[in-house]
Amino acid sequence: MSLTVEANTQRNKQLVEEVLKVYPDKTAKKRAKHLGVYEDGKSDCGVKSNIKSIPGVMTIRGCAYAGSKGVVWGPIKDMIHISHGPVGCGQYSWAARRNYYIGTTGIDTFVTMQFTSDFQEKDIVFGGDKKLAKIIDEIQVLFPLNHGITIQSECPIGLIGDDIEAVSKAKSKEYTGKTIVPVRCEGFRGVSQSLGHHIANDTIRDWVFDKLDKDAPPRFEPSPYDVAIIGDYNIGGDAWSSRILLEEMGLRVIAQWSGDGSIAELEATPKAKLNVLHCYRSMNYISRHMEEKYGIPWVEYNFFGPSKIAASLREIASHFDDNIKEGAERVIAKYQPLMQAVIDKYRPRLEGKKVMLFVGGLRPRHVIGAYEDLGMEVIGTGYEFGHNDDYQRTTHYVKDGTLIYDDVTGYEFEQFVEALQPDLVASGIKEKYVFQKMGFPFRQMHSWDYSGPYHGYDGFAIFARDMDMAINNPVWSLTKAPWQQQA
Amino acid sequence: MSQNAEHVLDHFDLFRQPEYVELFENKKKNFENAEPADKVEQAREWTKTWEYREKNFAREALTVNPAKACQPLGAVFVAVGFESTLPFVHGSQGCVAYYRSHFSRHFKEPSSCVSSSMTEDAAVFGGLNNMIDGLANAYAMYKPKMIAVSTTCMAEVIGDDLNAFIKNAKEKGSVPEDFDVPFAHTPAFVGSHITGYDNALLGVLKHFWDGKAGTVPVPERVPNEKINFVGGFDGYTVGNQREVSRMLDLMGVEYTLLCDASDVWDTPTDGEFRMYDGGTTLADAAAALNAKATVSMQEYCTPKTLEFCASKGQETLAFNHPVGIAATDQFLMAISKLTGKPIPDALAKERGRLVDAIADSNAHIHGKKFAIYGDPDLCYGLAAFLLELGAEPTHVLATNGNKEWAQKMQALFDGSPFGKGCHAYAGKDLWHMRSLLFTEPVDFLIGNTYGKYLERDTGTPLIRIGFPVFDRHHHHRYPVWGYQGAMNVLVWILDKIFDEIDKNTIVPAKTDYSYDIIR
Repeated sequence: MSLTVEANTQRNKQLVEEVLKVYPDKTAKKRAKHLGVYEDGKSDCGVKSNIKSIPGVMTIRGCAYAGSKGVVWGPIKDMIHISHGPVGCGQYSWAARRNYYIGTTGIDTFVTMQFTSDFQEKDIVFGGDKKLAKIIDEIQVLFPLNHGITIQSECPIGLIGDDIEAVSKAKSKEYTGKTIVPVRCEGFRGVSQSLGHHIANDTIRDWVFDKLDKDAPPRFEPSPYDVAIIGDYNIGGDAWSSRILLEEMGLRVIAQWSGDGSIAELEATPKAKLNVLHCYRSMNYISRHMEEKYGIPWVEYNFFGPSKIAASLREIASHFDDNIKEGAERVIAKYQPLMQAVIDKYRPRLEGKKVMLFVGGLRPRHVIGAYEDLGMEVIGTGYEFGHNDDYQRTTHYVKDGTLIYDDVTGYEFEQFVEALQPDLVASGIKEKYVFQKMGFPFRQMHSWDYSGPYHGYDGFAIFARDMDMAINNPVWSLTKAPWQQQA
Repeated sequence: MSQNAEHVLDHFDLFRQPEYVELFENKKKNFENAEPADKVEQAREWTKTWEYREKNFAREALTVNPAKACQPLGAVFVAVGFESTLPFVHGSQGCVAYYRSHFSRHFKEPSSCVSSSMTEDAAVFGGLNNMIDGLANAYAMYKPKMIAVSTTCMAEVIGDDLNAFIKNAKEKGSVPEDFDVPFAHTPAFVGSHITGYDNALLGVLKHFWDGKAGTVPVPERVPNEKINFVGGFDGYTVGNQREVSRMLDLMGVEYTLLCDASDVWDTPTDGEFRMYDGGTTLADAAAALNAKATVSMQEYCTPKTLEFCASKGQETLAFNHPVGIAATDQFLMAISKLTGKPIPDALAKERGRLVDAIADSNAHIHGKKFAIYGDPDLCYGLAAFLLELGAEPTHVLATNGNKEWAQKMQALFDGSPFGKGCHAYAGKDLWHMRSLLFTEPVDFLIGNTYGKYLERDTGTPLIRIGFPVFDRHHHHRYPVWGYQGAMNVLVWILDKIFDEIDKNTIVPAKTDYSYDIIR
C-alpha cells in the first residue's frame, strides 16, 4: 500500500484525531499539542515538547536522577557515584545502561557498582547529612583508589532540607581538595531525564572546572589536534568505535564524556581545540559553557551510518588544517569497501522496510540516516525528553508526512503502530515486549538490545546485521497457529 | 580494520582486535591519570584479606551492592496479580519507569504501570491534582477493572494521604464511586520490596474485606472450606503458582490464589498484546474473606497480611519459600491437615522420583560448600534444601533479612550436621559477601544476576536462582516449589557442578584423564 505524500499526511492527521478520542477532554487538549505530522518547509515538527507528562497516561519518561546518575555522571569510571536516598533508584539503574569501560571494578573503577546511602526512616526524620559524611569516610577507607565522589540526590534529599553542598565542601577540604560533587538531581525536578542532564552539566562546571588549579602543570603537552568527544556514553562500546575514526584522521582525543571517561579527562577538556558533540540534548549545556568561558568551539556530529559518518568527518575536519581534511578523506576511503559490502549484503533484505522510532536523546533523528543507508524508511518518530531545538534539528532528517509523537503514551504508541503497521519498531525495554507480542519485530535502541557498538563504521556493520536479524527472524511467521489462520 | 561484512564482529570480539587494544592502552597511558598497575594489583590483593574484611564489616553508613529493592516494586508485583488491575504509583514518574524496566528485564514481558507524575509544584502543594487527573486518565485509557495505588518516597515524604485523595478523586468523577481503588502507603525508606508486597496485598484485602474504605458495609465473614494461597514476591511466580495449583488440584483442595501474576508475566506472542491477563478475580479476592485459612508461601513477605487474615478469624500458616523434600512434605501435610484431604499417591510418587534423583546425584553435591544470598524466605528454602543434599550452606546473606530471620536460619543450621560452621548474615550486602568469599571460600554461589560480579572477582561459580535474573532466559517459567520444583533446582545445581568439573579437567595431557564421559 503506497500513499501519496498528501494522502499519507492526511491519514496520519486523522490517526492522531482518532487516538485522542480516548482521553478526557482536558487531557486530549494537552496531548494534541504533542502529536503531529511533519510537513516540508516547516521549521520544526509542529509539536510541543519538554512539558510535564500527564498523570496516569503511562509516559515512558524517567526522572532527573536518571539523567544525572544514569546518563551524565554514572559512566565516569574512576569516581564513586552515591545514590543518595532510599535503595531503589540505585538498584534499578545498577549496571543497566551498558556504559562500557576498562578497569578493575571495585578497585580503580566503579561504574557497575551500586553505592547507596540506603535511607531509613530515621534518615528522613533527622536528615541524612551525618550519614553522608560517614559514607564518604567509609569510601575513603574501603576504596582508596577512587578519584572522586559524586552525590546523586534522590527525591527525599531536596524535600527534607539536607545540605549536601556543605557536606561536600567540608569533606573535600578534609581530604585535601578531593573532588566531591553534590548533584541536586532529585527525581521530582523538571519534567523528565532532561533536567537531570542540565543539572549534572552545571555541576561539572561548578565543582570540577571552577575548582581547577590554574597553576597546576598540564598532564600532557597540548597539540593543535586535541578534541574531546562529548555526549557519547559508550553503550556497547560506541565511543570506542567513534574515537578510533577521529584518531585515524589525525586528531587526538583527550577526553571522552562520559562513556569510559575519567575525572582527569573532564578536567583536561578546557584545553581542547574543538569539542565534538554527539548527544546534543544531554551535553549541549557544558559545550556552550566551554565555548563561552574557554573559547572552545563545538560541532555536532552523527556517527550512525556511512552517509552521516562521512558528512560528519568532513564537518569536523573543516575546523582543522589540510592535514586533518586529508585524514578525513583517507578514513572515508578506507572504510568505503567495508560499507559497500555491508550494504550489498543487507540492503536487499531490508529495502523498503518501514520503521517507527521512539527513543531519547539524539537517536530519534540521528539513526534515520543509518536506516536510509539500508534502504529503509522511518515513518514515525518522537522524543522521550526532547526540546524544541531537537524537533527543529529533526526537520533535516524526516520526510514529509512523518508522524511525530512527543513523550508518547503507551496507549498512543500501540495505536500508532497498529495503524501504520511498520516492519520494525525501535524503542526501549518497556516497549519491546508489547510490540513483540503484537507480532512486530523490535530492537531496543537505548541499550542496542545488548549488542553494539552502533556508532562509527565498525558499528554500522553490527547495526545492519541486527536490524536484519530482527526483521527477518523466522519466528514472526509463526505467531498464528496454522489451524487459526484464515483460509 | 578487523570488521567485515561476512562475519560481523560485535562487542564480544571487536574490541579484542589489535587496533582497539592499542587505543585502550594509549587512552589510559596519556589521558586517564590511571593508577599504576602495581598499585591497583596491591589494592586488589588487599581487598581479599581478613584485614579488609574487618574494615568492610565495620561499615555503618555505606551500602555497596545491596540485594534488595524498594517497597513500591513489591506493590506493583501485587497489583498485576489481580484481574485487569492497573498499578498506579503516586509520586515521581521516574520510579515507575524503573519498576517497569526491572520487571521486563527479568520476565521478558511487558510491565504495565502508571505514575501520577508528580513534579516540583506537587512537592510544594501536594499531589492531589495529580491523583485526580491520573486516575481519570488511567481509567479512560487502559480500562482496568481495578486500580491499585501505592506510593513513591516523594509522596511519602510530603505526607500525601491516599485515602483522602482517592475519595476526593472519586467525588471529582475521576472514576465511578464504586470503582475499586485499593491503596497502600509504601515508603521506600522502610523495609524493602517484600515489605511493599505485604503492604500492598494488605491494602487490597482491606479494601475488599473491610468495607472499601468506609464506602460499603464491612462484609460479614461466612466461613467456608476454601484455602487462600499467597505466593509472596517471587521471581519464579509463573512456574510456582502453576505448580501450587497443580498440587492442590491433585489433592482436591478448594483454593484461591490470592495475587496470581503467573499469566500476566507469561503471555503468548500471538499478535495480541495483553495488558491484563489472568490474575485473581475481584470476586474471588472479596470472597477470600470467607476462606478457612490463608497460607503464605513466604513468611517474610506477609507478616501484616497474615495478621489481618487472622484478625478476621482465619487460620494462618506461613512457609519459607519451600524447596526440597522435607519442605514440600511439611507443606503438603499441613494442607492435608488443614483440609482433611489426603495426599494422593501421585504426589507420593513425585516425591519418590525426587528422592531417586537425589540419591543418584548425591556424590557430586555432598560436602560442597555454598554461599547463598537473596530474599529471606528464598535463602531459607534453598539452605534447607542444601542441607538435605548433604551440602553446606556456609554463608547465607539477606540484605533485607532481620535478626529474627538470622536466628531462624541458625536454628536450621543447628538442626543438621551439615549446618555446622554455617552462618546467616542479616542486613549485609554483596560487598560483604565478597569479603566472605575471599576469606572463607566456598565451592558455589547461589544468587541473582548481580552475583556474576562476585563470580568474576572471587572465582566462585554462580548458580543463578533469585530475582532479578536478567542474563539467563526463561528460568522464571519453571517452578522451584513442590517436588517437581525441587527437581529443577537440583538440576540447575548439578549442571553447574558438572560444568565446573569439566572446565577443570579439560586441559589435554594435563588434566583430561578426569575428563570423563560418565559421571
